[in-house]
Amino acid sequence: MAGSKEIRTKIKSIKNTQKITRAMEMVAASKMRKAQERMSASRPYAEKIRNVIRHLAFAHPEYKHPYLQDRAEVKRVGYIVISSDRGLCGGLNNNMFKLALQSMKEWQGKGVQIDFCTIGQKAAVFFKRLKGNMRASTMHLGDAPSVTDIIGSVKVMLDAYDNGEIDRLFLVHNEFVNTMTQAPRVHQLLPVAADEDDKDLKYHWDYIYEPDAKTVLDGLLVRYMESLVYQGVVDNAACEQSARMVAMKSASDNAGNIIGELQLAYNKARQAAITQEISEIVSGAAAV
Amino acid sequence: MAMTMHVDIVSAEKSIFSGTAEVVVAPALMGEVGIHPRHTQMLTPLKPGEVRITKQGGEEEAIYVSGGIMEVQPHVITILSDTAVRAHDLDEAAAQEAKLRAEQALTDRSGEIDLAEAQSQLAEAVAQLQAIQRLRKKTNR
Repeated sequence: MAGSKEIRTKIKSIKNTQKITRAMEMVAASKMRKAQERMSASRPYAEKIRNVIRHLAFAHPEYKHPYLQDRAEVKRVGYIVISSDRGLCGGLNNNMFKLALQSMKEWQGKGVQIDFCTIGQKAAVFFKRLKGNMRASTMHLGDAPSVTDIIGSVKVMLDAYDNGEIDRLFLVHNEFVNTMTQAPRVHQLLPVAADEDDKDLKYHWDYIYEPDAKTVLDGLLVRYMESLVYQGVVDNAACEQSARMVAMKSASDNAGNIIGELQLAYNKARQAAITQEISEIVSGAAAV
Repeated sequence: MAMTMHVDIVSAEKSIFSGTAEVVVAPALMGEVGIHPRHTQMLTPLKPGEVRITKQGGEEEAIYVSGGIMEVQPHVITILSDTAVRAHDLDEAAAQEAKLRAEQALTDRSGEIDLAEAQSQLAEAVAQLQAIQRLRKKTNR
């Protein structure tokens, strides 16, 4: 019976671990539902503001905003990287960091320098180790991120663009495809890439701007950027919860498998001990 | 029957109002404006204040917005409401804070970030130790 006690304590400890992973799975599942609701609640704003921006592209305003103009020479680019605050969510953050690094390497290959802005603790830790130039950082957004939390970080990057310190701005985050799939994405935020697929608004017209085009467009485009980043944050939160749910589910399943195997080993050890005892008794009796 | 237009009021975090209206009165930056259907296209920032909507049939509804942007198209009005009170100084302060956090994250030797980093370094070290032990066992045999 030498190994059986050890096996029993091992089984018990794995069962405890399984209980924890199962609880985390259920917590993540309920949080995911809320995160998804938040994601769909933020969609109308993003759609509406995108519509307005698209209208603007057709409105030929006399004032060309710098965010809408492409800069010929690119010396420095900015990245806003959105990650989760906590781990235990599978390869979610690492896959995204990999994609971000890939995209950064392309720029570095062209001799372009890179600035970061991180949202979420994992990104802050990761890019700290990279020893890059971190301009702004936001952490601990919690389960219900609000626009107020990200305004500061976005403003730092937009100011850098305004001052010509960066010539292009990218957003890296995970996109929620469905519960099982999350896809890391790199989007260009600045300059705003105008899509020309709408043909129904081709005639020449312009808005009345109150008080003037510059004030209105400044306010609008800053809000557009914030809305895009906020969407990224909310998307990423939904991704985090669903990735955690899947990771914890597979951890619980693995724990179940290990418990099964250990149970088998334990039974065998017990059986062997009993057989041994019987044969000892029998041979003892025969000797008498 | 009076003409109507479609009105959407949305904030970044949720949709606030969506429906048809006869008149919309909004607190534009240059003063209050009343919009009837078939107004020409207009784009204006809003001050914090009340948006009054006269719905189809004459019923009035008032919605408070803490600033934002209004887009007017002949038959559609979109109000992009802010979720927070915006002012240049406040935004500036938030930006300063974000910068500060970045600097702290880079220099701070205590706190949670350090813990996470220490954990990852510990994991690395443990993996290296295990590899070394495995190698030693092999050579001893």
